This record gives sequence, structure tokens and C-alpha cells, in this order.
Amino acid sequence: MVIAALGLLVLAAAPWWAGRADLRLLGEIYLYLSLAMLWNLMAGYAGLVSVGQQAYVGFGGYLLFALTMFGGLHPIAAILAGGILAGFLSVPIAALIFRLKGAYFAIGTWVMAEVFRLSFAQASSLGGGSGSSLPVDVVRSLADSRSGREALSYWLALGAAVIVIACVYLYLRSNRGLALTAIRDSEVAAAGLGINIWRTKLEVYVVTSAFTAIIGGLIFLQKLRISPDAAFSVNDWTAFVIFIVVIGGIGTLEGPIIGTILFFVLRETLADLGTTYLIVLGLVAIIIMLKAPKGVWGLIRSRFDLELFPLSYRVRTHDADKGA
Amino acid sequence: MPDPVLSLRKLDAHYGDFQALFGIDMEIAAGEVVAIIGANGAGKTTLLRSIAGLLKNQAGQVSYQGDTIGALRADQVAQKGIALVPEGRQLFPSLSVEENLLIGAQTGRAGQWSLGKVYALFPILKERKDQASTTLSGGQQQMVAIGRALMANPDLILFDEISLGLAPVIIKSIYDALPDIVGDGMTAMIVEQDIGKALSVSSRAYCLQEGRVSLTGATDTISRDDITRAYFGVEA
Repeated sequence: MVIAALGLLVLAAAPWWAGRADLRLLGEIYLYLSLAMLWNLMAGYAGLVSVGQQAYVGFGGYLLFALTMFGGLHPIAAILAGGILAGFLSVPIAALIFRLKGAYFAIGTWVMAEVFRLSFAQASSLGGGSGSSLPVDVVRSLADSRSGREALSYWLALGAAVIVIACVYLYLRSNRGLALTAIRDSEVAAAGLGINIWRTKLEVYVVTSAFTAIIGGLIFLQKLRISPDAAFSVNDWTAFVIFIVVIGGIGTLEGPIIGTILFFVLRETLADLGTTYLIVLGLVAIIIMLKAPKGVWGLIRSRFDLELFPLSYRVRTHDADKGA
Repeated sequence: MPDPVLSLRKLDAHYGDFQALFGIDMEIAAGEVVAIIGANGAGKTTLLRSIAGLLKNQAGQVSYQGDTIGALRADQVAQKGIALVPEGRQLFPSLSVEENLLIGAQTGRAGQWSLGKVYALFPILKERKDQASTTLSGGQQQMVAIGRALMANPDLILFDEISLGLAPVIIKSIYDALPDIVGDGMTAMIVEQDIGKALSVSSRAYCLQEGRVSLTGATDTISRDDITRAYFGVEA
């Protein structure tokens, strides 16, 4: 706990000790970590294997641009508003795609994301298919100096990652998290014990979608430029995120953290190789899935009895204390 | 008979094109312990699944405490006070023993059953409360499954083959706990292949055969011969 707090303090002070490029990289790492955490909650715990979360990344990004350019909102307010709107929007979408199961559900989410992409590409006021840049006065409203703006967007990314991890952790430790884990283990038994499966999954879908849109807003606040292909890229916002979660260890809280570190180590060391880099990523994914289906964290946990987040077998509730 | 807690009216059940139950009529009074016996594939488990809402029926086919519940979802049925101890136990492997029990309390129904009372009924579970549920023996797992259902404080509890795959001595210890469970007026339905066990704890029995009720009566009045005939559908 103390080590974690100290580490956080060091990271929060990064604008004073890290260079511009490092700061940008760290910010990107936090945002990927957040996306991975959210996808892991949805797929690893709620069993909603979506390949369409780029819909919400892009939606959050586009809403940042639209609300600041035409609504005159402050960028941070625009990002939060985008998250809330995405939450509302995800309810009718869930009503539609929750009718699909398994692989059909995955394809359905992808189709939804394509609908999002094509819709935003039609918006000529946002640059249509070629996209647009965030106007200078909007960028200025964040901070006057370039370094001030970069530090702010770094802190926002760090803050978002901390909030996402804390929320996911607290949710899983709550009574509802217990219900979610029960559903994952056995839907029949969970339903027979009074757990509303549909509503529990809907909750997770709506909350992860809202957070994903907020992260999307932060991503494009960092990039300052948006286009439909970048905003709704299945490669960047879903394939890499799935890679991170799967190699780290799906259905664990530690998995996405380890996966994110591994992903960025691979990317930073191999990026110069061009296409070879993607081939290596694919090979790593295949080898890990074959040799360690529970991911790197599963491998570590089976060797050493170790947990970063005390989640399993230690949930305490008020009733538990009374009864024990 | 006093007003029935549960009554079934011409209950049919289907798995796709396959019909598993044909017009079952049944009435269970408050506080009764009823055994459902029958051969493999007779429809015993289907019957419990229909009552618990895991299989959809027409609303009027299942009535419970005056409400028609046939068309409700399983979680809504559970909220009304029907708990199922499912066949094969269906514990949650990633949760500990105690967490498995706590899940049972998700309905938030008030009543006398609490963690403390379940541990008093099955003391071994208290010793094992922090273990993963999969590390327990089969009999202990069955105790968790029963305790989990009790935590919901049901008015009607459905036991599906609680002796399945267990050693006789374990089966005996679990059945010895039954009077403590139903002693306070809880209504119970017990599905079993072990006819002797089922009849010894129940006051009334239904025998199913190929999706129909082939015999019904008080357990002390029906003879072994009747059961054999109803069970196999041939003259003994």
C-alpha cells in the first residue's frame, strides 16, 4: 500500500523528471491500461466478449471535438459529458446486441462500431471522412503553455487510470461483484439464487461503455486530431486491448497491468521492424494462449502464491462479520 | 388439505421439439415434504426447473402462494421465496465457501437463516469457510449448495438429486440434517433416484414416468409393488 502510494507520487511528478516524449508515452500507457481494465471487466468477468468497444472510444473522442467546437464546453467538461451520453446510448444498443450470444454477440458489437464510424464520417461539420483538428483556442483553454497542456493531459490520463482501477476493484469486491463472479461461474445457479443476470450484465456494459468513452476523449485530447478511421479503429482500440488482457491474464485484475507493460515493452523495442512487429505480437499471443491460457499472471500465480489485489476468498461484508 | 403453497395445473415442458412433461397436476401444502421419484429421463429435474423458472411456462401453469409464476424468470421466482439446490451442486468455483453462501443471501429476504445458522447446521463448513469451494469433498460441496439455498430464506426449497455421486455414509449425514431444515415449517420437494431415502423423509410422494404422474399418495400407504409398477411402467 505504502509502496503503491509512493509509486503513484513518483508517477504524478513525471512532468518534472520525464522528457516530452516519455511523458506522452506514459500517458498513452495509462490510457491503454484503462481500456484494458474496462474490457477485462466486461469480457473477463461479465462474459461479454465485445470486439466493438472502439465504438465508444471514437464516440468519446468525437464528442470532445463536437462539444468544444460547437457547444463551447471546456474540454474536460466535454469529455465527461461524452462519457455520460455514451452511457445512455449504450442502453438501447445493449437491448439490441444482448439478444445475440457468443460469437454472434462479438460480431454484433463490431457491426455497431462500424455503424458509429460510418455515421461520424457523414458529419461534414466534423470534417467528414478526413476528420478535423482541435481548434487552437480550445487547446489554449486547457493551459497557455505547451508544457502546461502536456502536463495536464498527462495527469488526466494518470487520474483516469487510477480511477478506473479503483472503481473496477471496488465493484468486484462489492456484493454486486460477487454476483457477477457467480454469473461467470454458473448462470443457472446464479439465476436460481435470485440474481438478475440480464440487469447485472447491462450494468457492467453501460458503465464500461461510459468509462471507455471518457478514455476515448482523453486519447484524442492527447492526439488533438481525429478522423473516423483513427477514432473507430478496431486494431488500435480493440485488438491491442484484447492482446493486452489475454497475454496478461483475462479475468484477473493484475492481468491487464502486466499485459500493458508487456505490450509496451514489445512495441517500444520492435516498432522499428515494421510489419515484423505485428507478426511477433501475433506469435506471442499464440504461444501464450497455448502454453499459458491464463496469461502471464496466471503463470506467476501458479508458481508463487501471490496477489496484488486481494480479491479472491477474502471478500468481507457486514453479514459475514456478524455470522462468523 | 389446507391452501396449497404450490400448485401445478396441466404443466407441460418442452426442450425444443421434445416434450418432457405432459399435463402435470400437483398440489403441495405448506410445511409438506414431498418426494418426486422416477427413472432416468422421467422428467423429475425438468419439473423442478419449471417450478424454479429456469424453464419458461405459461403463467397459469404454476401458482405459488396465490400468484401465477409460470412465466417469471428464475431470479424473480427466487425473490418470491423458491430456492433450488441444483443437480450437480453448481457451486461457484472462483468463490470461497463463505462467498458461495453469501451469494444465497442476494435476494435479501428476511428470515431465520444466516451464516451463523448454516454453520451451526454444517459445522465443517465454518472450518473450511475461506477455502475454494472446489477443494471440498463432494459431500461438503453438497452442504454448501444446501446452505446457499437456505441463505435465501425460502418458503419452498427444491432438492435435486442431493445424493448424486456421494458415498452412502455421506448421503446419510446429509439426510440426517433434513429434519433441522424443514422442521420449522419450510416446504420441500425432494427429487431422488434413491427411492428408499426419498420416501423415508417425505410424507407424500409423486412418481413420474415419461413425463406423466404415474402414482401419487402418502408414503406410508403406497406399496413397493405399486412403486415398481409406476416406476418402470410394467407389471411387476
